[in-house]
Amino acid sequence: MEKNNIKLMQGNEACVEGALAAGMNFFAGYPITPSTEIAEISSQRLPRFGGKFIQMEDEIASMAATIGGALTGAKAMTATSGPGFSLKQENIGYAAMAEIPCVIVNVQRGGPSTGLPTSPAQGDVMQAKWGTHGDHPIIALTPSSVKETFDTTVKAFNLAEKYRVPVVLLMDEVIAHMREKIEIPKKEDVEIMDRIKPDEDDVTYQAYEVKKGDIVPPMASFGEGFRYHVTGLVHDETGFPSNDTEVADKLIHRLVDKIDKNVDDISFYEEYKTNDIDTLIISYGSTARSAKTAVDMANNEGMNVGLFRPITIWPTLEKQIIDLAKKVDKIIVAEMNLGQYALEVERLASKYTQVHHLGKIDGDLITPNEILSKIKEV
Amino acid sequence: MATVMEKELIINKKWCKGCGICVNFCPKDVLELKNGIVNVKDESSCIKCGLCELRCPDYAIYLGGLEDGEE
Amino acid sequence: MSNKLAKKYFRMDKLPHIWCPGCGHGILMRSVIQAIDNLGLNKDKVCVVSGIGCSSRAPGYLDFNTLHTTHGRALAFATGIKMANPDLHVIVVTGDGDSAAIGGNHLIHAARRNIDITTVVFNNNIYGMTGGQYSPTTPTGDKGTTAPYGNIDKNFDLCKLAKGAGSTYTGRATAYHANLITKLVQKGIENKGFSFIEALSVCPTYYGRKNKKGDASDMMKHLKDASINVKAIKNKTNENLEDKIIIGELYNSQEPEYTEQYKKIINRFKKER
Repeated sequence: MEKNNIKLMQGNEACVEGALAAGMNFFAGYPITPSTEIAEISSQRLPRFGGKFIQMEDEIASMAATIGGALTGAKAMTATSGPGFSLKQENIGYAAMAEIPCVIVNVQRGGPSTGLPTSPAQGDVMQAKWGTHGDHPIIALTPSSVKETFDTTVKAFNLAEKYRVPVVLLMDEVIAHMREKIEIPKKEDVEIMDRIKPDEDDVTYQAYEVKKGDIVPPMASFGEGFRYHVTGLVHDETGFPSNDTEVADKLIHRLVDKIDKNVDDISFYEEYKTNDIDTLIISYGSTARSAKTAVDMANNEGMNVGLFRPITIWPTLEKQIIDLAKKVDKIIVAEMNLGQYALEVERLASKYTQVHHLGKIDGDLITPNEILSKIKEV
Repeated sequence: MATVMEKELIINKKWCKGCGICVNFCPKDVLELKNGIVNVKDESSCIKCGLCELRCPDYAIYLGGLEDGEE
Repeated sequence: MSNKLAKKYFRMDKLPHIWCPGCGHGILMRSVIQAIDNLGLNKDKVCVVSGIGCSSRAPGYLDFNTLHTTHGRALAFATGIKMANPDLHVIVVTGDGDSAAIGGNHLIHAARRNIDITTVVFNNNIYGMTGGQYSPTTPTGDKGTTAPYGNIDKNFDLCKLAKGAGSTYTGRATAYHANLITKLVQKGIENKGFSFIEALSVCPTYYGRKNKKGDASDMMKHLKDASINVKAIKNKTNENLEDKIIIGELYNSQEPEYTEQYKKIINRFKKER
């Protein structure tokens, strides 16, 4: 009998395993609860694969080193929580502007400020999208189980490489520390995407020129002989800075469009019992686990309730939310914040249906009973 | 290879910003600023020491020769 | 600079550079290039990283792998590069504000790790790009646009800071002493570990004008007159060095280099998965 690879592990561990399966070979981090295990396990695992781990002097430096590592061709990741996520923002913007593939794990905890370091929250949804200044592309994914943390981390790396964009893995404290059974897939069963690179003998290589049929410019690694320039300034196709309004307009639109125009490829979600319902719960991360139970409880009581669970938080799953909004009488967005994803849902769905919000920011999970009560209330 | 004395002072007027450093640190008073740009006023005194080249912040003056790819 | 050297190392279409007339940075950039040429480094394996500010525009002109990062963070980006690919020669060009104010933490930690990065600080004693505010190296009492009555901060001795933090090769020279800069940068690159070279520049446009220091030549002359080589003071105990710029190779030591130490960990544990 073939040996199975079933393990009991916590979300933070599954994140590292997923990252390694996706090809992570560089990690730069800084200790912060509740993400620290990701750094600890990376420090232990990476050198065994010939990879590199470095603990930097702060969160800003870990984001910078992550980008530096990626520029040499590495698949690079960093992990943090709220306060550290705030500190990383400027360099996340740099990665967006200079199109450096990298993965940023944010294990959400109660905020603002130091907040509730050991308690779960989902208060960084808007920050994941708008935390750094200026219009920019970003992808954010949010898993709701240990197994899904593994799979989503793989996806995060693949999307980072495919779209040359920073990808935020938006976990929460419950998913990070919860232990569940997980079967680690075989190496050959994990789909891995690598960044596109210029041909070795491409003498016309321009670091920021998108070739016909491609989504992003091919990315040479530092040291491979292309000797190009990377800057956070607005730059033209050569990579050198420009003050030209047309260049700025073209660049920022290209950066934003590469995500917006490929949203179907980046859309991951689960629909649970969404046929013939009048009430739809929208929930994600650990809260979605309560929501699923609440849906079952409600249906057992004869109500018609379903769940839409986005895994892709950014870009917003507009099409799916609008389609469902047209079919139901009301939507309840349940999340551990005071109404962040609810804003997106309201923007898309309030034309078609009522949008209600169930939020919580005290460090406790939202329970199935609380969601059930809300279903009854509305 | 040309010897040092066979080299000549070459000025790239497009790059000169007229700061005057080369003029003031020339040990033989060979250079001047003319209309805000460096100018060789007394080439015969030049000892080809290269100090102007060493301290020109704009790479606008240097000792060059045929082997340097100059016309 | 000879046309040959310029064509070899500059992105010629990017010149002339953006620095003001008489700015010392151009002299320093040439000295760095001369050091790289003297060492005969493979251009493909040289990586020049900068932050934000006047000095940090240097990489854009240089025909290497070049990275113009965020303010203060050059050494943190450079650490990632060196760690991920130790075969690259990583040189950081930074300024006094970039390296010692917003980036001070990265400086001391890069030095502490003794990671093989050569840092060259183009120190012009002012924030030039933003128009002349006082910096951590503006001498006490001097003026900046944000110190109209004179700066009450004590200024940093960057070399002592770097040495104290663990830099294994530390030296100082000035834009006047261009050949000494070349020598120090060259030895810094050769040093297997963190090297720190403070290169004093001149900023006639902001620092000079605000503090009535004269034109670029006057400021260069001051660098010449105020400097004294460390070798010349070795046996002199009575000399008043208070207002002197001590130049030359200041501190030098041998310590294990960071990426080599990490390589040992990989070699030791790689087989046991």
